[in-house]
Amino acid sequence: MSSDNQQPFVTDRSRVTTDTQDARLTGQDDRFNSRLREAFGSSPFILTKFDKFMNWVRGSSMFMLQFGIACCSIEMMHTYAVKHDLDRFGAGVPRASPRQADVIIIPGTIVSKFAPRMKRVYDQMPEPKFVIGMGSCTISGGPFQEGYNVVKGAEEVIPVDIHIPGCPPRPEALVYGVAKLQERIANGESAPVVVKPYELEQFGDLERDEIVDQLAAEIDTDDLVMRYNWADSP
Amino acid sequence: MSIELPETAGVTEQSPEELEALLDELVIGRDDHLNAPGYVIKPDTVVESLRRLRDDAGFDHLSCVTAQEYDDRYESIYHLKKFDDPTQEVSIVVPADKENPVSQSANAVFRTADWHEREAYDLVGIEYDEHPNLKRILLPDTWQGHPLGQSYDQDQPQVVPLREHKNPLLEDQRAASESETMYLNIGPHHPATHGVLHVKAVLDGEQVVDLEPDIGYLHRCEEQMCQNSTYRYQIMPYPDRWDYISAGLLNEWAYARVAEDMADIEVPEYAQVIRTMGAELCRMAAHFLALGTFALDIYGDFTAIFMYSIRDRERVQNILEDLTGQRLMFNYFRLGGVVWDLPEPREEFIENARDYLEELPTALEEYHDMMTANEILQLRTVDTGVLPPEVAKSYGATGPVARGSGIDYDLRRDDPYGYYDKLDWDVVVEDGCDNYSRLLVRMREVEQSAKIVEQCLDLLEDWPEDERTIQANVPRTIKPKDDTEIYRAVEGAKGELGIYIRADGTEKPARFKIRSPCFSNLQTLPEMSNGEYVPDAIASLGSLDIVLGEVDR
Repeated sequence: MSSDNQQPFVTDRSRVTTDTQDARLTGQDDRFNSRLREAFGSSPFILTKFDKFMNWVRGSSMFMLQFGIACCSIEMMHTYAVKHDLDRFGAGVPRASPRQADVIIIPGTIVSKFAPRMKRVYDQMPEPKFVIGMGSCTISGGPFQEGYNVVKGAEEVIPVDIHIPGCPPRPEALVYGVAKLQERIANGESAPVVVKPYELEQFGDLERDEIVDQLAAEIDTDDLVMRYNWADSP
Repeated sequence: MSIELPETAGVTEQSPEELEALLDELVIGRDDHLNAPGYVIKPDTVVESLRRLRDDAGFDHLSCVTAQEYDDRYESIYHLKKFDDPTQEVSIVVPADKENPVSQSANAVFRTADWHEREAYDLVGIEYDEHPNLKRILLPDTWQGHPLGQSYDQDQPQVVPLREHKNPLLEDQRAASESETMYLNIGPHHPATHGVLHVKAVLDGEQVVDLEPDIGYLHRCEEQMCQNSTYRYQIMPYPDRWDYISAGLLNEWAYARVAEDMADIEVPEYAQVIRTMGAELCRMAAHFLALGTFALDIYGDFTAIFMYSIRDRERVQNILEDLTGQRLMFNYFRLGGVVWDLPEPREEFIENARDYLEELPTALEEYHDMMTANEILQLRTVDTGVLPPEVAKSYGATGPVARGSGIDYDLRRDDPYGYYDKLDWDVVVEDGCDNYSRLLVRMREVEQSAKIVEQCLDLLEDWPEDERTIQANVPRTIKPKDDTEIYRAVEGAKGELGIYIRADGTEKPARFKIRSPCFSNLQTLPEMSNGEYVPDAIASLGSLDIVLGEVDR
């Protein structure tokens, strides 16, 4: 028991300094003879492009956003936790605030009410940011594709870098997807922004149909509106 | 060996004729369902009829409200039960005019009708008179049309003004200068809301004055999906995705039970034992996650209890994966049985499961040491989020939430199905009515589930090899007779999970309505939180253990 030990917890400061100095001088401490040092030879310099270095750093230390939507988020939690432990791959610190995160995993079905909220969360993340679409729902709407309320894939709303298929994908698949994303980031690739989610138009410019006529009482002609075109979605 | 049934002597059972006499002049017709007698009443006598049934006949549980549209009318069905004996059921059928569908709200008799009727208005389009807050609940306010109505065109575009999506925090949200209160948005992206729930809270200092859950951020049209699928195979994968916290088999059982009762399919006993075992393993996994996230909500314990609960879940999931081939979405039940037998070698599977059960008491001891015996947790949970039994009943709360309020209600015992009535186990009831009781109920239910699984394993081990029938002989297509209606429920991980189906003579249901336990349980949140501190409201939300996939469907 620790209570048996009556000695206070002390460190001999003088010895720490001398030990470190000795190690530095003689070069005997293992820390200073790492394999990295061996690889560099006697030169302490690395020659690389700064961009390339930054990309490598970015890929090796990713801060994920703690973001749960549906079934896939359960498997995502398992990936973060014991057994699969995503932290081993330098990507395991879920941040609760989007302002501290640079990767967002979208784990689940996106419906019309949630899509604008997800877009806002994504907008709040600082650049550079990356998106992992987890599960079939973020690819096409998955098993719920024919639903009247389901957005047919995350790419309708935000650009996605990596798609992981499955319903839900196993934790191993998510780990593989994260590793693939790291590879892409290290190579300086990211998804081209092809999505224009908020194509806004003035209400007065909309084609007149039954719905528009019905809404005319509530909406002014110069109000900006969005039009969800369910039939045209992939 | 079978369990003791609750005292039902005090619960007098009325014959359909007696009920008709009780409702007397209110009844204008009969529309019996497979599970219960149905009485047709006029749309302006809803309150009177329900009140008579509740006060004079003891039907104190409004289980579900189903709305649907026929060619010539709209219809709301109130499915009533008794908490003391859920096998006594009655349906009140309220037709409404096709052109102008207005019906009286039942909110004055049962508080739970509030959300159920809002959902009916949102999806089907029936308007409820005297309803306190009749607006959309699952779909955005800007939605045009009622998607489960007959005239709805799914391909029509939706027009949404930009102002509906403007950032609510752009302007200062402070109320008028005399006001002492503050408005706080929690969610829909917030770690403590267990998914995509949005809670609108009005605070006075640290205290909650008013709180309103805003749901619908995960409404993935489950009812429509099921209505577009065939009974035999296509519907079964969807229940897995309602309550997705590994409770898949429990949900599948809800569908299997209702469809089997409807099509008159007898399930072999051996398959029932496998079902019972699988379902209880699922319940354990689901409760473990509830424990882990509850600790996370109470004192942010991400490092110990959460990890422990995930560890235990992984072990259960391994067993379930051996059994079903899947970690999370099992799709293991079939109408009339299960898809395949235990994996070979059987001995190894049974031994694995036994090993797990053997280590479970030690694991539970750890949870008790770290949670229930922990002074911080006790301070945070004892006597907070109090839900008196009468309030819980009025809101239709079921499952661990009801049992934590001292309501002795468990469909596994009270309305037996599967193999439960032949096994030896107890229903866990705590009468503290607070967050702590609900936590205790879940922890003790894990023990009971382990007891059930153990007995099932014994039975499976000794089952004669040539009597292992896993599926009954079920026709390739199932076409129940036109206008067959049935409502059946099972005890899911969160409470009473019921399904109403109306057949129209084809191989797809004409109306498929899901009664989600979380939907009713979540309604009690304002009752538990008003007047409490914000962190206690978060604790109450955690103790309700909701799954948004099931709340929104």
